[in-house]
Amino acid sequence: MSQFAINFIFVIGSFIVYTVIAVWARARSTREFYIAGGNVHPTLNGMATAADWLSAASFISVAGLVSVGYVNSAFIMGWTGGYVLLATLLAPYLRRFGTYTVPSFVGTRYDSKTARVVAVLCLIIISLTYVIGQMTGAGVAFARFIEVDSTTGLLISALVVFIYAVLGGMKGVTYTQVAQYTVLILAFTIPAIYLSLMMTGHFLPQVGLVGTHSESGIPLLQKLDEVVRDLGFQDYTADVSNKWNMFLFTLTLMVGTAGLPHVIIRFFTVPNIQDARWSAGWALVFIALFYTTVPALAAMSRLNLLETVYPEGTDQPSLQYEERPEWFKKWEMTGLLKFEDKNNDGHIQIYNAKNENFAKGTAAERGWEGNELTVNNDILVLALPEIANMPMWLIGLMAAGGIAAALSTASGLLLAISSAVSHDLLKNTLMPHLSDKREMLYARISMVGAITIATWLGLNPPGFAAQTVALAFGIAASTLFPVLILGIFFQRINSNGAIAGMLAGGMFTLSYIFMYLGWLFIPETNNFPNTPEFWILGISPLSVGCIGALFNFIVAISVSMLTEKPSEKIQDMVRRVRYP
Amino acid sequence: MSKEITEQDKAYWATNLRLILGCLAIWATVSYGFGILLRPYLMGISIGGADLGFWFAQQGSIFTFLILVFFYSWKMNQIDKKFGLEE
Repeated sequence: MSQFAINFIFVIGSFIVYTVIAVWARARSTREFYIAGGNVHPTLNGMATAADWLSAASFISVAGLVSVGYVNSAFIMGWTGGYVLLATLLAPYLRRFGTYTVPSFVGTRYDSKTARVVAVLCLIIISLTYVIGQMTGAGVAFARFIEVDSTTGLLISALVVFIYAVLGGMKGVTYTQVAQYTVLILAFTIPAIYLSLMMTGHFLPQVGLVGTHSESGIPLLQKLDEVVRDLGFQDYTADVSNKWNMFLFTLTLMVGTAGLPHVIIRFFTVPNIQDARWSAGWALVFIALFYTTVPALAAMSRLNLLETVYPEGTDQPSLQYEERPEWFKKWEMTGLLKFEDKNNDGHIQIYNAKNENFAKGTAAERGWEGNELTVNNDILVLALPEIANMPMWLIGLMAAGGIAAALSTASGLLLAISSAVSHDLLKNTLMPHLSDKREMLYARISMVGAITIATWLGLNPPGFAAQTVALAFGIAASTLFPVLILGIFFQRINSNGAIAGMLAGGMFTLSYIFMYLGWLFIPETNNFPNTPEFWILGISPLSVGCIGALFNFIVAISVSMLTEKPSEKIQDMVRRVRYP
Repeated sequence: MSKEITEQDKAYWATNLRLILGCLAIWATVSYGFGILLRPYLMGISIGGADLGFWFAQQGSIFTFLILVFFYSWKMNQIDKKFGLEE
């Protein structure tokens, strides 16, 4: 059977599973549509949360990012550490409060329609930015593995999400996410196990990372350091100079994670507060399975790629272009690998041409005239099954896994958007007399609308689509996270404080991002170039979210103190969240 | 009917806050501390070809987060039971 046929069977097979689940898990009430009836088992919810969380970008790109070196450990810590904040500070209390959406908590706790609408606005900015990447990611995964163009791939994906999200709401999304998690984690870890066995002889990649490199007999990381150093790159494990920015970036990712509405609403689906706590633990187990594999995969595939190019060692002649392996040719066709023989010697040289001393020294001596291989980092994951000579069915699984990662996150985001529109904007702001049955109809219509908009934006990605990290995490950290925390832990905060805090934190963060990345991300409208020497106090625009959060806290507390106390009704509500 | 705060409620909340603070202190120490800011001071301790700080940034902090979240859930659910606040 051809590889195409195998990939096709895997992808179509997974789609059939999702559709069957959708028909089985139809939502029959708004409670089922918004929170899956509130009776999802904490372990299953943990799995669904992990699928919700692990996006197309995490599946395809994070290992590539981490393979750059130590500095990008920020992603690993940032995208797991947020769950400690969720588990201890937010998930249990928000579950006990018992609303269906995040803006509903804000609207009810602060007893203010304005606060609710501001929260909806923040939610839409965050989730819409996030969802575009998932839609394009699904399209790309399709195009890579099945011979359809990415537009067709995107439309097919949208149709599948449409079926289970519109029919089943949160209930359908939850159970398909459980299936999607299973597919994506197998697709990610099995190739990593293969690679780890090949490079270190250890079954667990987590052990392989600190294990011994089989070929040379020295520790893997030490070998990697040596190889990259020989090619003029910075040591793989080298420390960073701007620790302050790495610290702030990690903090922004963690705080942002804890403020993302599509993650928070997952905890509304478990039966009670005790289960919400356990569920956060389970979510982290399933996420950790992925994120502890990432660094191992990153280090091993980088070393493996360099060893492919320098089969006899870095001091010996490199690979001849004519002798390149099959997978190399295949990925050249996609443009993710590009070779240009700058010195016309027929060999592929890969080294750090930006390192001037190295370029003038070693490179010049050996007749190298520039780095000849451009490697898109996504290839570390995408080409892995072929690089490590894995069986054909694994490549099929990889295709289904990449698409599962995109769809599961997309459906969680679409649900967050549509429930905020139907429950917060329509039911609780514009049409208070909506019956349960009508509200469900509107919820489904909102879902259709959200999918349509996301599909359209996926096909015509606007400039901000590439700014998920800056926009989604920056805004979640600086607007929603503080008002949720304050809503639970500070009884004195009133609606004025919450609204002022969200606006101040959000505006500050957005302005700082726009100053460097362009106003509304329009090219050439930035005030300063986005380089470290222009960053105020060394803070990159991607790291500013936690400063925005601090700003939000200060403004919210000051404004609340200067205005009247929240009503007795509200204070009672806060007491009941703490002591039931 | 509004809820009256009893001495027991106050004790419950204070226990909870102490537990949260303890967990977050460890959370910050392993990630921001060992993984980032204190890494230069841990250079002497090596683990699998790299230094301890590198390992904490890439693996150790996640394992610690896992233990923390489960410990918190277990402990807090115990406290709920002790104060008779189970749902």
